[in-house]
Amino acid sequence: MQCGSAMAAAAGPGCSGSGVASSEAAARRRLRVLLGHLRSAPETHLSASQCRGRAAAAPPSTLPKRRQEVLKWNGWGYSDSKFMFNKKGQAEFTGKRYRLGGTVLPLLREWLEKNLGGSLEHKSIPKASLNTSDVPPSVTNEGFLQDLKATNISYSQDAEDRVFRAHGHCLHELFLLREGMFKRVPDIVAWPECHDDVVKIVGLACKHNVCVIPFGGGTSVSSALECPPDEKRTIVSLDTSQMNRIHWIDEKNLTARVEAGIVGQDLERRLGESGYCTGHEPDSMEFSTLGGWVATRASGMKKNVYGNIEDLVVHIKMVTPRGVIEKSCQGPRMSTGPDIHHFILGSEGTLGVVTEVTIKIRPVPEYQKYGSVVFPNFERGVACLREVAKQRCAPASIRLMDNQQFQFGHALKPQVASIFTSLLDGLKKFYITKFKGFDPNLLCVATLLFEGSREKVLQHEKQVYDIAAKFGGLAAGEDNGQRGYMLTFVIAYLRDVGMDYYLIGESFETSVPWDRVLDLCRNVKERIVKECKERGVQFPPFATCRVTQTYDAGACVYFYLGFNYRGISDPIHVYEEIESAAREEILANGGSLSHHHGVGKLRKQWLKESVSDVGFGMLKSLKQYVDPNNIFGNRNLL
Amino acid sequence: MAAMVGGSTRRGTPMYSQKNLTSKKKYDFEDILEERRQSSDLRYAMRCYTPVMYKELSPCKPSAIKTLVLHSEQVQYVIKELSKEMGESPDIVQEEAAEILDEMAHSMHMGAIRFFAFTLSKLFKSLFKSICVNEEGIQKLQQAIQEHPVVLLPSHRSYVDFLLLSYVLFTYDLAFPFIGAGIDFLGMKVVGELLRKSGAFFMRRTFGGNKLYWAVFAEYVKTMLKNGYAPVEFYLEGTRSRTAKTLVPKFGLLNIVMDPFLKREVFDIYLVPISISYERVLEESLYAHELLGVPKPKESTSGLLKARKILSEDFGSIHVYFGQPLSLRTLAAGRINRCPYNLVPRHIPQKPSEDIHEFVSDVAYKIELLQIENMVLNPWILISTVLLQNLPAISFEHLVEKTLWLKDLTQSFGGFLDWPDNLCANKAVRSSLSLHSNIASLVNGQVVLNDTEAGPGAAGESVFKEALSILLCGSYRNQLLNIFVRPALVALALQMTHSSRKEEVYSSFAFWLDVFSDEFIFFPGIPLKDFEEGCYLLTKCDAVQITPQQIFVTEKGSDVITFLTGMFRPFVEGYQIICRYLSKEVATETFSEKQFIFGVRSFASQLLETGSTQCYEVLSSDMQKNALATLVRLDVAKKIKMSNGSTYSVSKEALSKTAGMFESRIPVRKPVAARL
Repeated sequence: MQCGSAMAAAAGPGCSGSGVASSEAAARRRLRVLLGHLRSAPETHLSASQCRGRAAAAPPSTLPKRRQEVLKWNGWGYSDSKFMFNKKGQAEFTGKRYRLGGTVLPLLREWLEKNLGGSLEHKSIPKASLNTSDVPPSVTNEGFLQDLKATNISYSQDAEDRVFRAHGHCLHELFLLREGMFKRVPDIVAWPECHDDVVKIVGLACKHNVCVIPFGGGTSVSSALECPPDEKRTIVSLDTSQMNRIHWIDEKNLTARVEAGIVGQDLERRLGESGYCTGHEPDSMEFSTLGGWVATRASGMKKNVYGNIEDLVVHIKMVTPRGVIEKSCQGPRMSTGPDIHHFILGSEGTLGVVTEVTIKIRPVPEYQKYGSVVFPNFERGVACLREVAKQRCAPASIRLMDNQQFQFGHALKPQVASIFTSLLDGLKKFYITKFKGFDPNLLCVATLLFEGSREKVLQHEKQVYDIAAKFGGLAAGEDNGQRGYMLTFVIAYLRDVGMDYYLIGESFETSVPWDRVLDLCRNVKERIVKECKERGVQFPPFATCRVTQTYDAGACVYFYLGFNYRGISDPIHVYEEIESAAREEILANGGSLSHHHGVGKLRKQWLKESVSDVGFGMLKSLKQYVDPNNIFGNRNLL
Repeated sequence: MAAMVGGSTRRGTPMYSQKNLTSKKKYDFEDILEERRQSSDLRYAMRCYTPVMYKELSPCKPSAIKTLVLHSEQVQYVIKELSKEMGESPDIVQEEAAEILDEMAHSMHMGAIRFFAFTLSKLFKSLFKSICVNEEGIQKLQQAIQEHPVVLLPSHRSYVDFLLLSYVLFTYDLAFPFIGAGIDFLGMKVVGELLRKSGAFFMRRTFGGNKLYWAVFAEYVKTMLKNGYAPVEFYLEGTRSRTAKTLVPKFGLLNIVMDPFLKREVFDIYLVPISISYERVLEESLYAHELLGVPKPKESTSGLLKARKILSEDFGSIHVYFGQPLSLRTLAAGRINRCPYNLVPRHIPQKPSEDIHEFVSDVAYKIELLQIENMVLNPWILISTVLLQNLPAISFEHLVEKTLWLKDLTQSFGGFLDWPDNLCANKAVRSSLSLHSNIASLVNGQVVLNDTEAGPGAAGESVFKEALSILLCGSYRNQLLNIFVRPALVALALQMTHSSRKEEVYSSFAFWLDVFSDEFIFFPGIPLKDFEEGCYLLTKCDAVQITPQQIFVTEKGSDVITFLTGMFRPFVEGYQIICRYLSKEVATETFSEKQFIFGVRSFASQLLETGSTQCYEVLSSDMQKNALATLVRLDVAKKIKMSNGSTYSVSKEALSKTAGMFESRIPVRKPVAARL
């Protein structure tokens, strides 16, 4: 069957219902629908296929096959949730999904103007919708397509579907969506519904020498999902979103068998219906998937109680070109040579597709309490976190924001409802800055989250606040704590609105021994400022960090970098150079290449020096054995 | 050839400046004494003093710095290690550390600073005509101090350097630096403590083996630097250069100050090369005596007081040139493998790796080359160079003519010349002569060195006197040598090889460059660059013509070539004599440096007395020591470290080979790459 006509491929149901657009775009879309009707056979097969050996039909996922119906096609998160400036020029967050939804943020505009030189008058307007004629045509291997059809696994060659799976959420990827187009996108999107479907697809891919790129939540920030531009073979994006069942919950062993495509929020919600949770909460948990966590060695904000993904998994099943890899039992720990799970964890889609995982579960905690502590300066804050880690009494989450980030959080405060609250805020501020003598330009805030039984939480809380007091920390209320965590969920939305006003930004992270935390934070921020200046960025950048995880031997540090690119002709290139310089600085300060974002293609230039030549060779030979024909050809890591 | 290839790939090598900056820079100087001569010194000393500070400064009293140092992880670690090693309680070692710290630490005090500001104003006004400072450099320094910790690296020609620089900084309302001084100053009763109060800290001359001393000292310097209260200042040359030639750098302190950056404890460090040029050096005659083996008087307060008769003399002008602050971060970019620092806790002392060592050395040489580049040359330097090639006497007219000729040559070689343009040449030379009337005088239209007429004493005495005045004069000529050395060694190679084949000339050039690498400052590992620079300068003054394969001396150029080789002849001859001494006189198997110096001195004295050589400079202990170091480097002599100092032994075979190379044509040893 003839495929690849861009217009034909673009046809598909559900196109017409996506929000407001200009009349021209609407007309174009109508035309497309009409054209779709004229074609005899639409290329999209969205009917549920028969998956043999499957116990029950998969419950509906938060993410439908046509994700663009719910999610932004060129930005972060839900289509209905976004920052915008209203007619009065005040910032607002739309939608009802988040606590911030529907509120006015009167301070944000001034903050943007003051700290980034942003201005509502200078707007950079992105493409309103995807122009499907720009999308590289689908290159298909006919034999593969025939065989795929015969399996009844649903697939699509629709341009929107393909573009949606051509990227993660790196700055340059979003910028391309807004103002350009990828050189290479997947040719086919396939939606397997169970492990066996994956086995079939991988088998066919091997038979026809087709490249497979697994796709979970699409939240990668390491260029891991980008298609290698010089890949000549057909690229199949293997979308795991339809594999989202919980096969069983084992209450005796506190484990659950879950399909790898399940999205974080669905997993927690459905386990919650039975009174359990995994407790794994990466900032991307609304969209990222269990399989993605395993493939990137993810970390959740509550790892102090629940552990990181490598502590949580008990059993993994992965389909590789060599066959299926899994352990023969679910023992809690084994001494059976190097742990094969560690070949899988962090393999970033280069070896195969994770299909099923047995994961530890815990009863949903009885009580949760947020908290916050103000420190006179960042140094004291880090010293306090170090002490907390030393005494091994870290709450479920403890994060320390630096001064810039504290001020930024302040800018996201909603309009206060009553005079009383504003008076109270004023009093608090007076107490901290005047009475306690904290310098508002130096102080920093730690946000806390306690979990457990009510009694234990209160006891734990006291212990942590006592330690904080030794480092000059003052308790600063639950509200500030909660806002701190909310910030991490909306920050990605904020980047989208920033891009409308010539502001670009990104985050990156590292892990570092305790004794180098301060030096690393200071030097990386200074390096960013210096690099921006040298590269002609005309306004001082927003360079800020927070310590987001504590360990016995070190901490995870997370940086935000944003700047105003007005007057720069190639902002993405400039940005990439700056981030690269910042990474060099991190490495020179004894930081790691990544704590949880992964390597992908963005950081692979440093992998060899990070793991030594021999280590690199080991990874290479692993790949060579498991996937000699490079079926999983996303070219991450190596 | 391997060395050349390696050299050219070495990163961060300096480009020798190939432009003539002279006149532009010169007019940017300001005489800071001028104002002092017009307003009250007391008010100046007592004025409000608010220097700019490092942006991340945490103000800290001297006593607090001491506590910080003693309780630092670094020092505590070494204390624990040592107490385990020696089986003593840590408290005892800690006490020892505290004593060491008390001995070295400064106790900067505003009162002392004001005292110096007042007395130095008086002193400098009576000694010097002017103290000229480049204001642009001051402005850059001021900026640098606010951004990152700063290390000041001045040249070292005189004790005056110490106080002069602090005085200049005080005048410009910049922070008084912490100055690394030799412990011998503490021997001077009141002065030692006064220096301490004005920011000097004291280090022992040798402390290689003493781990505790090293740890305390290193931590002390680093704490001061990181703290950023004031710049740290020390001398790369390690000691005052007695010959006025720049000494090869010492790396110890530089290693220490670079460490906080290499370990990323600070974002960056600025290194500021400073060139201090004296028209007439206070210690000139003292140095000449010292070089001839009359021992240096121990530092003492009474000695200083005795020196007060010099107060009545005129020592001309001083030029202080603050170079562009160099960012260590920029210098290190891409050079340092970060791994070693990531895998060991930073407080545990680590031997610097090979590439760190190379980096430190490169930085040191780069800074010294910058110091040399920014040294201000005065007419007397040219005059003494001419005089030394025209002994025993030269007519005044001829002297003026040759000096003017040399002036042009110097300028075309990029020398930074302070020539009194407002005076006619005659007057300029005359005034220079009168400033240095202790060295040379005008007798019946002839300019002669003083004391050259044989006195009534014994023959030995007259040799000594003659040598004294030649060394004295030579110490001024020497200031020109580092500017001239690259073209001069090309000239020497041309003469030695009697060849115009480029590769042969280069081969000879590289040999002499290696031989003289303790005498003059060459950036390590890039002889080809030096050669190209030398050739370039010779072409620039039309002395040679260069084709891809050959170098020809032009008709006009033979004067230049002769002059240049003449300028360096004392060194070539000196080394030849030393070789001859070793092959003829040394009978014993091994000898100490002292025996060697004594032996060379008496051997050379005999030659001089009999008139078979005119090379008085071989009597200089500086040349003797350098030559010995060279012979060790060339594997002619072997240095054997013993408990009571080092001894040397000579391989006769290697010696005769090298001596042959000194005397005659140098055979081409290796084929030279076509890209020459």
